[in-house]
Amino acid sequence: MTEQPIVEARGLTRDFRVREGLRRRVVHAVAGLDLRVDAGEAVGYIGANGAGKSTTIKMLTGILVPTSGSVLTCGLEPVRDRRRLARQVGVVFGQRSQLWWDLPLRESFRILAAIHHLGREQERARTDELVERMELGGFLTTPVRQLSLGQRMRAEVAAALLHSPDLVILDEPTIGLDVLSKQRLREFLVEERRAHGTTLLLTTHDMGDVERLCDRVVLVDHGTVAYEGTLGGLARRADAHRVLVLDLAEPTPDLLGVPGTTHEGSEAGGLRQRLALVGEGTTVASVLAAVSSRAEVLDLSVAEPDVEDVVRRLYASRREPPPTDE
Amino acid sequence: MSVTGVPASRARPPGPSGPVEALRPYWRIFVAGVREQARYVAATLGGLLANTVFGLLKSALLLAAVASAGGSFGGYTAPQMATYVWLGQGLLGSVDLFGRSALAGRVKDGSVALDFLRPVDVQAAAVVSEVGRRVFALLPRGVPSVLIGAVFVGMAVPASPPVLLLGALSILLGITLSVATVYLVAVSGFWLVDTRGVQTFYMVVSGFLAGLFVPITLFPDWLLVLAWSTPFPAMLMFPIDVVSGRVGGWSAVGLVGAQLGWLTLVLVVGQVATRAGRRRLEVQGG
Repeated sequence: MTEQPIVEARGLTRDFRVREGLRRRVVHAVAGLDLRVDAGEAVGYIGANGAGKSTTIKMLTGILVPTSGSVLTCGLEPVRDRRRLARQVGVVFGQRSQLWWDLPLRESFRILAAIHHLGREQERARTDELVERMELGGFLTTPVRQLSLGQRMRAEVAAALLHSPDLVILDEPTIGLDVLSKQRLREFLVEERRAHGTTLLLTTHDMGDVERLCDRVVLVDHGTVAYEGTLGGLARRADAHRVLVLDLAEPTPDLLGVPGTTHEGSEAGGLRQRLALVGEGTTVASVLAAVSSRAEVLDLSVAEPDVEDVVRRLYASRREPPPTDE
Repeated sequence: MSVTGVPASRARPPGPSGPVEALRPYWRIFVAGVREQARYVAATLGGLLANTVFGLLKSALLLAAVASAGGSFGGYTAPQMATYVWLGQGLLGSVDLFGRSALAGRVKDGSVALDFLRPVDVQAAAVVSEVGRRVFALLPRGVPSVLIGAVFVGMAVPASPPVLLLGALSILLGITLSVATVYLVAVSGFWLVDTRGVQTFYMVVSGFLAGLFVPITLFPDWLLVLAWSTPFPAMLMFPIDVVSGRVGGWSAVGLVGAQLGWLTLVLVVGQVATRAGRRRLEVQGG
């Protein structure tokens, strides 16, 4: 079997004309984007508001015609093969509903099953599976407009997955959800991928989504790929490190020159000091051993790099041509 | 059609396997439209009340005109005129002479993107769903309105089962034609974004030319010609003429044929506009 990517975009570009008073301006929402997603992958597509995420998604799914460049999704040309592609892709836009607002939730699944030509048996098996795993049983007969946001988002995701698409695209799926609802949705998606090998492309501002769900991240900025690789690699690129926070027994001069660390700061006259773990293979144990010869350590904690901070730092530092490797 | 490269365990349904299966999505969408409307019976009853009041005023005026004209006015006898008034009032809840649609709102706020993410013909799905709503509206609005007219004023009723059948077909075509034309109003939003101007124009023109206020046979010749060169009379006037028996025999069949012609034309224009508009669609909102 040839390894055809699920998504392959080359030089994908989309301009918008924006009117500002009497003047017209061209905005390059997506500018020469290259993107490849392989079958079975889970990719986090991240970036600031207006970076070009949604515009990309719209071109991948055939809603929006590219200004230039090419894209193949599931081996199909999205705009031309819209209907064939729709059978192979499931999309959730967190801010919009694809359910029948006035009808009981169950009706939406029935209609979508007909739209996707599921057989009677297939429809029942798949609906049962989704209802059970997404815990929708309690409100199947409730009109969609009466569902809570958490219930509705689970229903939206189930609706997008009803036809067992090869590729699932989720645009801000956890927006506005409470911690528990987010966790439930993530657990479901992990299970769904394990059971069916579904490819996942996720745009989100929620780094928890990326950490829990994605093998790989693609960071987009000004319509081009700013970074592609693992989340850890992203942190390294942005020069973000784990930080060891030490509470010492008595005020101590700054702990400079500890191997594999840089001193990030001291508080309370040196009672609390922060050391960034910079070297490859630097361990907390080795640092602790080095420090204990100079001061008595009462307590310690390790702060992981905050990914949103990482993204912000990368944005600030990046104003040269985009690197593509970690 | 087979899907290659997909393991059997997650084989996808291969798409429609025949004409019946191909129509199944649209049937379900139609039924969904019926059910959606069924949840708003209370709102429909408000419309029925307004309808009835206007119907009483209209029939008082027009029946007085028939009487003063010596029993026939513009080719309408008193029972035919009563039928014109009450059938027209009854159809008003189902034939779309207002031009608003859910789709226009979806084009404006960008949710129409979701319609394009389904493996269905966007025009067919939108039209079928709206026809479902409007066919249901015949029950709480159309039937009572006609009954009220029959009881209080007296109406001409279809003489025979074939006329009744042809009349039913004509009503269905009138509803569908109006919905397919309003679809064009919504689709103009691909170019205009906001379709309120077009919708207002539709509302002003359609009711008048469809014969909602007076039968179009009362129009002066030039206006009659103008009306005939639009699809509007085929939405309301034709069904009323067929059902009331004012136009009978092969002429009635001719009117239904004309309705079919208009419907085909409007659907073709809608299909072309959808395809052209899709390429322009910029999808408002994130």
